[in-house]
Amino acid sequence: MFHRMTFRGGIHTPEEKDRTKGLPIQTAPLPPKVVIPLSQHSGAVCEPVVNKGDVVKKGQKIGEGKGPVTSTIHSSLSGKVVDISPHPHPFGSSVLSVVIESDGKDEWTPVLKENEDYLSFDTQKLKEIVREAGIVGLGGAQFPTHVKLSPPDGNGIEYVILNGAECEPFVTSDHRLMVEKSSEIIEGLNIIIKILSAKKGFIGIEKNKPDAISTFNSQLSRPTIVGTPNSQLEVVDLNIKYPQGSEKQLIKSIVNREVPADKLPVDIGVVVNNVGTAYAVYEAVRYGKPLIERVITITGNGVKEPRNLLVRIGTSFDFLIQNCGGFAGEPEKVIMGGPMMGIAQYTLDVPVIKGTSGIVVFLKESTSPHPSLQRRGLRGDEYLPCIRCGRCIDSCPMGISPNLYGLYAERGMIEGGRDFIDEAQKWDVMDCIECGICSYVCPSNRPLVQFIKYLKSEVKKKTKNGKR
Amino acid sequence: MEKDKKSEIQLLLTPPPHIKAEESVRGLMSSVIIALIPTTITGIYFFGIPSIVTIFVAAVSSILFEFFYQKIVRKENTISDSSAALTGLLLGLNLPAGFPWWGTVIGSFIAIVVVKHLFGGLGFNIFNPALAARVFLLISWPLQMSTYPKPASIFSGLVPAGIKQGVDAVTAATPLTVVKTIQLSHDLSRSIETATKISWFDLLIGNRGGSIGEVSVIALLVGGIYLIYKRTITWHIPLSFILTTAFFSTIAHLVNPDTTANPVFHLLNGGLFLGAFFMATDYVTSPITKKGMVIFGIGCGFLTVVIRQHGSYPEGVSFAILLMNMTAPLIDKYLRQRKFGG
Repeated sequence: MFHRMTFRGGIHTPEEKDRTKGLPIQTAPLPPKVVIPLSQHSGAVCEPVVNKGDVVKKGQKIGEGKGPVTSTIHSSLSGKVVDISPHPHPFGSSVLSVVIESDGKDEWTPVLKENEDYLSFDTQKLKEIVREAGIVGLGGAQFPTHVKLSPPDGNGIEYVILNGAECEPFVTSDHRLMVEKSSEIIEGLNIIIKILSAKKGFIGIEKNKPDAISTFNSQLSRPTIVGTPNSQLEVVDLNIKYPQGSEKQLIKSIVNREVPADKLPVDIGVVVNNVGTAYAVYEAVRYGKPLIERVITITGNGVKEPRNLLVRIGTSFDFLIQNCGGFAGEPEKVIMGGPMMGIAQYTLDVPVIKGTSGIVVFLKESTSPHPSLQRRGLRGDEYLPCIRCGRCIDSCPMGISPNLYGLYAERGMIEGGRDFIDEAQKWDVMDCIECGICSYVCPSNRPLVQFIKYLKSEVKKKTKNGKR
Repeated sequence: MEKDKKSEIQLLLTPPPHIKAEESVRGLMSSVIIALIPTTITGIYFFGIPSIVTIFVAAVSSILFEFFYQKIVRKENTISDSSAALTGLLLGLNLPAGFPWWGTVIGSFIAIVVVKHLFGGLGFNIFNPALAARVFLLISWPLQMSTYPKPASIFSGLVPAGIKQGVDAVTAATPLTVVKTIQLSHDLSRSIETATKISWFDLLIGNRGGSIGEVSVIALLVGGIYLIYKRTITWHIPLSFILTTAFFSTIAHLVNPDTTANPVFHLLNGGLFLGAFFMATDYVTSPITKKGMVIFGIGCGFLTVVIRQHGSYPEGVSFAILLMNMTAPLIDKYLRQRKFGG
């Protein structure tokens, strides 16, 4: 049976989802302005297609990218473009962004139209709709979805997997979306299956979301009205284990295939999309709605009233946290995404982007790393030598050697030796998915993910120089 | 106002992950120390005040050597990670009760300064510090190191050990020494079978000659199982070590029943359980992958039997582990775990 399978390694983190997993999705109030970065996807940054002073409608295209791997960007409210300049981006740098002040009317652009006959559309047209709607992977990677749905010729796709694992602690946005929008997600899956002419579709959900699992199961037990026969769809209950939602680990758990190193899921006939992405695909195809809003979880012990909110892309973190009752004390950290892979923010003036699954706020003292470090008066960023306990090796889902990367990075940084970089490459450092487990389990508090990022960038530099 | 309030907020910028497991180096070391409590208590029960002195001197001098070494070379003080205390405790448990105190201090010096810190400190030493020190003492002061006091409950006499009273009166050769003596003398009139007829119960509880911490198999098992339960160590090294020792000593006994002890005798004597659960499992000096650990354990068991059968020393556990310590980096290099998709 499919659902008995799992992947090697992984860990059990505290779930911390109780704050919000039972809270229905609420719509966030209309923000006075939005800051919409022109890069919310992997690939080429978009060019603005509006000018300062222009009046825009909700859903109007404001940015368009050139090249094969890029996306489009739309206004998430109606109002006036007041600025086009670099603004803080949740990824840490400044990115060219379109600032739009709301006119309070919240009017849709008239280009929108409802497609009742969307099931008769051909594949090319469906892909075009997905592209034009600016849909990217909503799980966080933000890879343009239309590119994912256009596998190179000759790569027959057997399976489409919807990722509803949501293995990051704290975050419950996918969970709520699955409970509340299951039939829409199934329709989205049907559309994706149609585009790819896939044989079978799976929806993978961790067992800690029994309500989502049973909702899908009851949806699938009905006879299909349109689209793919329900017999081709299957809900898979997955083990509760981080990083169950990582693409490669998810594929392994559901269809028992391993994506080889340097290959993509399409190479083994599988395409994975987030459940939120499938929902966005449905909305775009059925109603012509571009991706201008998404569900996020605002939670953590630092937020007074944690919530699951449907928010417009470009809404500032500050506005949303205020909307959740503000801080519950002195905040220490504000994270975009979950605590395992999310990014700490230095300002609250960053906007929600397409890949934002949540905002997690920690109060002071609550992220303290180690009782033992505290007792020694060490701060969170201090660490001890590797004692070779092997915890990182045992729990690494990629089966590689984080302990060694730590040693190589330290030596590489101190001695500047290139051979350590080579050595790290030989030991498969490039296979790392940066899930954060090695840093999480390390009793010496070693920042292994950071070491690995350093080594990866050095390896990339080297290969680049080598080609020159 | 609102703006001002916002700009006051200082947010902490650290890379992910933003949560951490509770485990720490100090916690891991402490759990090993806790696991050694039954062993320490039984050791003290059987060997009395001198064993307390030995353990105390070993632990305190190890901590002091670490403290002063780091002071002298101006390194950050790390005694609070508990690893020096653990090394000291293990060294004490690896010595016979009543071992001269100055010898114990020399042992601590070898363990902490020479074997641990001169090789780079915690995480960088090649040899298990306590074991290397024990072997150093064994080679340098063979007489004192093989003078094992007779076990006697502290309740039945305060000083069973032999510094003051002279050696012969209250010491006992360890059962393994008896076997070795017979093997070396080729005197078949003294049968190994008779020599190895010791009550299993006595062997299990530790009523025999030996180092303070090696005698009570039961106490060591309790501690070892605690460590496995707490996931401080895994079963791989202890089990493969003990099973391999059983396997090869069985073969040796089947081939040469007249000149070799039976496998049960081999398992319950000497330092096998102390070595398998507490010395060979030292993170720093053993392989890091599970596959590697099993190979390591097998190597330890095999060498133990070889040394016990063919070496001039009666006991081979310490030498076996130290020899395998040297192979750990090699094992790690060639026994990588299988990578995903590889």
